[in-house]
Amino acid sequence: MTRLTEAFDRISAAQKLYLPIEKAEQVNFDEYAPGANVRLDVTKTVKSAKDAFFPQCEDFAHFHMDGKSINVKPVAPESEPFTVFGVRACDARSFKGVLDLVFLSDPLDPYYAARREHGTLVVLACGNPEESCFCQTFGVNPAESADGDANAWIVGDTMYLKAVTEKGEKLLALLGDLLSDADDQPVEAEKARIHEEMAKLPLADLSVESLKDGAMMEEFNSPRWKDLSAACLGCGSCTFVCPTCQCYDIRDFNTGHGVQRYRCWDSCMYSDFTLMAHGSNRPTQLERFRQRFMHKLVYFPMNNDGVFSCVGCGRCVEKCPIHMNIVKVIKALGGKKHVD
Amino acid sequence: MLNVAREKLASGEVKRVLGWEKGEFWYDLTPAFFETEESLNGFVYNGFSGANLSKYLIKARDWEGKTLVFLKPCDTLSFNQLLTEHRIDREKVYVVGAGCKGMLDYNKMKKLGIRKEADVTDRQAVLLGKCLACKGKTFYAFDEVIDDEEAQKPIEVEDRFNEVKKIEALSPEERFAFWRSQLSKCIRCNACRNVCPACSCVKCVFDNPNSGVASKANPDDFEENLFHIIRAFHVAGRCTDCGECSRVCPQGIPLHLLNRKFIKDIDELYGDYQAGLEPGSRAPLVNFDKNDPDPKIVMERGENA
Amino acid sequence: MSIENLVPQLGVVTAIRTDTPDIKTFRVNALGGGKVFEHKPGQCAMLSIPGVGEAMFSITSSPTEKDFMEFSIKKCGCLTSWLHQMDVGQEILIRGPYGNGFPVDTALKGQNLLFIAGGVGLAPLHSVINYVRANRADYGTVDIVYGSRSMEDLLDLDEIQNEWAKEEGINVHLTIDRAQDTWPGHVGFVPSYVKELGFDPDKNVLVCGPPIMIKFTLGSLTELGFVNTQIYTTMELRMKCGVGKCGRCNIGNKYVCKDGPVFRFDELGELPSEY
Repeated sequence: MTRLTEAFDRISAAQKLYLPIEKAEQVNFDEYAPGANVRLDVTKTVKSAKDAFFPQCEDFAHFHMDGKSINVKPVAPESEPFTVFGVRACDARSFKGVLDLVFLSDPLDPYYAARREHGTLVVLACGNPEESCFCQTFGVNPAESADGDANAWIVGDTMYLKAVTEKGEKLLALLGDLLSDADDQPVEAEKARIHEEMAKLPLADLSVESLKDGAMMEEFNSPRWKDLSAACLGCGSCTFVCPTCQCYDIRDFNTGHGVQRYRCWDSCMYSDFTLMAHGSNRPTQLERFRQRFMHKLVYFPMNNDGVFSCVGCGRCVEKCPIHMNIVKVIKALGGKKHVD
Repeated sequence: MLNVAREKLASGEVKRVLGWEKGEFWYDLTPAFFETEESLNGFVYNGFSGANLSKYLIKARDWEGKTLVFLKPCDTLSFNQLLTEHRIDREKVYVVGAGCKGMLDYNKMKKLGIRKEADVTDRQAVLLGKCLACKGKTFYAFDEVIDDEEAQKPIEVEDRFNEVKKIEALSPEERFAFWRSQLSKCIRCNACRNVCPACSCVKCVFDNPNSGVASKANPDDFEENLFHIIRAFHVAGRCTDCGECSRVCPQGIPLHLLNRKFIKDIDELYGDYQAGLEPGSRAPLVNFDKNDPDPKIVMERGENA
Repeated sequence: MSIENLVPQLGVVTAIRTDTPDIKTFRVNALGGGKVFEHKPGQCAMLSIPGVGEAMFSITSSPTEKDFMEFSIKKCGCLTSWLHQMDVGQEILIRGPYGNGFPVDTALKGQNLLFIAGGVGLAPLHSVINYVRANRADYGTVDIVYGSRSMEDLLDLDEIQNEWAKEEGINVHLTIDRAQDTWPGHVGFVPSYVKELGFDPDKNVLVCGPPIMIKFTLGSLTELGFVNTQIYTTMELRMKCGVGKCGRCNIGNKYVCKDGPVFRFDELGELPSEY
């Protein structure tokens, strides 16, 4: 671990490096610069690592109006390699298992695709899973991910690294002399320990078995949506900390010197999400709230071979201002019943 | 409390009860409307009932029948302020004042390894940020009060303007750096605005496509700062300092400090003023008095900064 | 990897026709002439003006029109108001085509067709009608029922009366909501007119108009013996990306921009009624 800073300095000298970094008391994925306060000990960053491939805000083009003519300067997709180090298995799954299905399906999203192509993902095993974690519900293995380019484990004061893909091998080759061969035993022991920890968590037995094959579609008109959504503030906290929420808006920003056309995250919880000149097809918070969960638990699986678009990171469980979240919805509408 | 709720619901005097419902864990209560006696089995009032329920009464105004609401002492200030702004209908609300020992911050508890309210020995150490500036145990609006001696004990409060004074003492560059470091974390989720009882506009200017400033993300630093500064200006004089904005911010931005700076200025320039003390009161910023300070004071401050 | 599905291309407005008091038709060409891209009948395109807005419009012209694309647009919001006040020569941003379009080369081929439109709802059907006219031998009989508030609000009236109505095998039935002295034709709402005309249900129906018109027209068609699998419509919900990813135009698991905008009524019936 003493050589970790050296490793980060070396990677960041060669390419952009994103790490969980603490700024103003909060830890989020951010670009590393020597001296940054790297917090690999924090299990959950506030926002997911989604920004690395699907940033909250990104420009598509810049326009300049001159009389009747418009000058268009498209923004080229990412073309430089970069590394995201220290994402957790849930976030890694959100890319490989959910966002890829959205953005890499026909027609391909060129901006996301370019970042996926150039980004190397190092997944850090969850030594200290938290109370709000339920990744195992969606088949994520927090001890060893198959969704990144390399895996990392921190055991005591040693970091163990193992490449999963060619990109991962390349990254480890860059670190070359900083690494030494290790025996599998400590990592195997750590994996076993993580599984034991996971089994002890309060949401360890949360199951979505009963929601398979779009079963929750029958709940579309359930009276429970009214109670579940009654206190929803209609803010976007859940959607913006969520690793799988992918709804976006395309907007223009007049800089005074031209117009910046950008894409930014949007939230189905917002009242203007589907608003048109003649009204909205989701007029109250009930319909918006229902849309968010139906999308994750019914519509997305219907279109993607049964894959739920939740990875159980539990950020919404921690961050919702009124503590309403997907766990409560699953339990209320057909998943495992409340055990008091 | 449960008895009062059951009685009023059973007698038909109220149509619903607005309170807090037990959650999945020990701390995650959700504000809820209880419409049947049976549903009241989920009702909980404890140290995690921090949410200020007064703003929900705006939507209850349009519903048939009366709503029984539990309000903590500080929540009653928001309630009065909403009455002043004609956003809620007093006739359609039955207010039960709920005695409050100070609400708990589960993040602080987790850090200390405390896992239930009963295990708290030093309550002061695990109070929500907003409760550290407790405005006392008086109910400023109620139809009845359910209180006990324990809840009446005052909370130790240091001068709530201390943090504001610290920031005022910084140089303009340092102050800018402080706010940039905080506001650059903003993810524009609007939780602060949506929870704020003073943010009760039917259509917020930031959601209005015709306003020219509607936005869902911060396309640049300037927008990032301005969203919060404009919001602070808009609630100035109406903000009761309920502290919900900072409580709900997922990025832990101390938004209440912007509001508190306004409150401090108002106190200094116009005399002490607490929004929501009584319904219908005229706030200094919307009331002309010939002794009001000359507006040039703003210029002078700028020059002296 | 093409960025064109998200970043618009430049087009230029080469002609503007005022159709009704609130509908204008805009002709768009590529900067060097010709079309910016090819499309199928019933498909849409995103038009935008920087800083004003971007919105989805159905392409009114038929793909068989080789030289240009046209869009009939009703003035109702921010962007459409801007478009209504611009002049010929204005450059415009355009991306597309989006959506499935009507199944003119599959399910509808060889069939008798009944087009039912109300108001600006004629715009998407206009493309299909002219496509069918250009490939007349591939289709059976064609009936067109079109209604609007008043005579002045009938879109493309000149083309309808002087071209469509004069073509053999095409029957045009026009109606307006309230009587006008100078209007010799039928007066009444579209749904009741459809019932009055008493069509034989040996046809496939393409219907587009205000939701309330569609609702009652469906009732009339059912009374005449038509079934849901014979009736197609084209939907409109708020759209942003056009490629089924931005998440707002879904009805259940279907995205209007990608899986639609054209749906058969039996398909719509299986989706949640959130539209």
